[in-house]
Amino acid sequence: MMDQLIRLLQSSICFGTVIMYGAIGEILTEKSGNLNLGVPGIMYLGGISGLAASFFYEFNNPNPSAIVCLLVSFLAAFAASALGGLLYSFLTITLRANQNVTGLTLTIFGGGVANFFGGSLNTMAGGVGQISVAATSAAYRATIPALSGLGLPGKLFFSYGFMVYLAIVVAVVLHWFLNHTRQGLNLRAVGENPATADAAGINVIRNKYLATCIGAGISGMGGLYYTMDYIKGTWASDGTIESLGWLAVALVIFATWRSVNAIWGSYLFGFLFWAYLIIPNLGRKDIELFKMLPYLVTIAVLIFISLRKKRENHPPASLGLSYFREER
Amino acid sequence: MTQTVQHHKEPLLRIVKRDGIARPKAYAIRIAAVLASLVVSGIFIFAITKLNPIQVYEAIFDGAFGTNRRSWVTIRDAMMLLCIGVGLAPAFKMKFWNIGAEGQILIGGVVTAGIMRAWGGDLSTPALLAVMGIVSLLCGCLWGVIPAVFKAVWNTNETLFTLMMNYVAIQITSYCVALWENPVGSNSVGIINQMTAYGHFPKVFGQAYGLNVVLVLILAVGMYIYLKYSKQGYEISVVGDSENTARYAGINVKKVTIRTMAISGAICGLAGFIEVAGVSHTISTETAGGRGFTAIIVAWLAQFNTFVMILISFLLVFLQQGAIQIASQFNLNDYASEIITGIILFFILSSEFFINYRVIVRGGKEAKGK
Repeated sequence: MMDQLIRLLQSSICFGTVIMYGAIGEILTEKSGNLNLGVPGIMYLGGISGLAASFFYEFNNPNPSAIVCLLVSFLAAFAASALGGLLYSFLTITLRANQNVTGLTLTIFGGGVANFFGGSLNTMAGGVGQISVAATSAAYRATIPALSGLGLPGKLFFSYGFMVYLAIVVAVVLHWFLNHTRQGLNLRAVGENPATADAAGINVIRNKYLATCIGAGISGMGGLYYTMDYIKGTWASDGTIESLGWLAVALVIFATWRSVNAIWGSYLFGFLFWAYLIIPNLGRKDIELFKMLPYLVTIAVLIFISLRKKRENHPPASLGLSYFREER
Repeated sequence: MTQTVQHHKEPLLRIVKRDGIARPKAYAIRIAAVLASLVVSGIFIFAITKLNPIQVYEAIFDGAFGTNRRSWVTIRDAMMLLCIGVGLAPAFKMKFWNIGAEGQILIGGVVTAGIMRAWGGDLSTPALLAVMGIVSLLCGCLWGVIPAVFKAVWNTNETLFTLMMNYVAIQITSYCVALWENPVGSNSVGIINQMTAYGHFPKVFGQAYGLNVVLVLILAVGMYIYLKYSKQGYEISVVGDSENTARYAGINVKKVTIRTMAISGAICGLAGFIEVAGVSHTISTETAGGRGFTAIIVAWLAQFNTFVMILISFLLVFLQQGAIQIASQFNLNDYASEIITGIILFFILSSEFFINYRVIVRGGKEAKGK
């Protein structure tokens, strides 16, 4: 029973980390007033480009170095996701396209790109079977033996790859940035009321672009963590990243746009998702019903937030609207 | 006073909102966008397959209309996409972000499959079809009404609510797939009533998918009339433009919201029925296959004009079928079609900017003309 419980908690944390990245990036994006529904697509882009970059590196080097593996895949994933964000920004900020429609298109496009190359990269490079990057994945999953061997606390707190801890750091840093720095204040002003921010001399367009691109880069890390750590450096075109991406969007609301809330929120989602592990005698069909839990909880939270109507819990006031200086 | 004020340099590009645009010009811009997207898709296909560009378009055309069968698959899929788009049109015209079409389709599909399995031999096929159609309609309606009620009463965010309802529907579908598994262990339901064809759409005009076309076209024309000429359609567009105006005009916004989502969900549920009874004769979590999302963009880009939606649906499905054909020739996977869908949609989305705004270049003809 104890073992099962530990396994459950470990799974929850791994699962939570994927959506935490997605949600933190999206919080940054939404603070600038951009509702980017392309998070699943961006996570796809991050996952596949990290995988592709390390694949080509490992493919061409018989003895890959762990550090290079990490760097190559990390940078590629961040760059590709930020590019996805740039595309979204160009369409919605400069060309003023509808944000929801653009985001959905980005999700379709990102999913297409990722699943296409995920399924055929290996064939195209002349290999056989599934794509696999064992060396990079091992580097992502490396733990500090002295700590992870510490019995129960070691298993619970130190048995993960570095990205689990990085996610928490990013969440805390983002919280500090948004609430305790001048730039963070400016960014929030842009998201609440761009016209006023513009009048105060804040560069609205630049803030929106930067927040959206960096936010997308962070979201993309969720995809990278998923491919490298969660499924151990392979590719699965089963649409899991997409459903996790949507959960990340939901987590933003659950966390009421506060990145530190996303930390425990994401682990809670993970716990709910894997809760069936500790319930004895479940058939395969019943497991499917149990997997509904995180979604039902999100719905409950949505309803709860709308009932309470507390001002601090509300989204940025201009969320979803494009800004045009001459249109007031 | 000869001193002059230091001039700010005029920006290189200036953007001005258009007062209005002549219809032919607007269509010319859209057509240019579609052509540009075709060129980019062609380049993408060329880059991975090394087919020369002419061959690429030949192969796409061959994939979509090369044989009689392929043509019918193209028509069938375009009709499905259109049907979902028709369902979404009233909701989006009201600016209700129903991104839950996937769930509404699935739930309609699941009940259709369930009834088809349970009462296959007991009822005649026409009666069975009627029962399945009505029940799927009601279930889709329920799936749409739940978020609408919360939106209307407590202003709960409908975008995420409808999205979460998708996953509830997906898990219910997975549950049913595990329950109805055939053969056991295959993790799929297989073709329901394969031998007897109970509850499958009959052939109409000698075509297997004739009934699909008839049903969807009736829905499309009906929706066009409903949105354009009925009082309820007018109420939808007022609520969509401004809730305050609607309230001022004495429109019951709550009632309109719930009623419109009931219609929207019901048609999406019916789309699930058409897909299961008329196309696949099975059920899986892939029954909706992302079309609930693609159809949003179809409806939005057509500005809810169902006839324009026919064109966009055909364009998308045409390219998807073409891409699938090329992918299978070159041993690549079908996801190429999603990349191409994305490319086309990005281009059409950007084209809207040039319809609504003008770009003035510094020192150009227009800038000097002032």
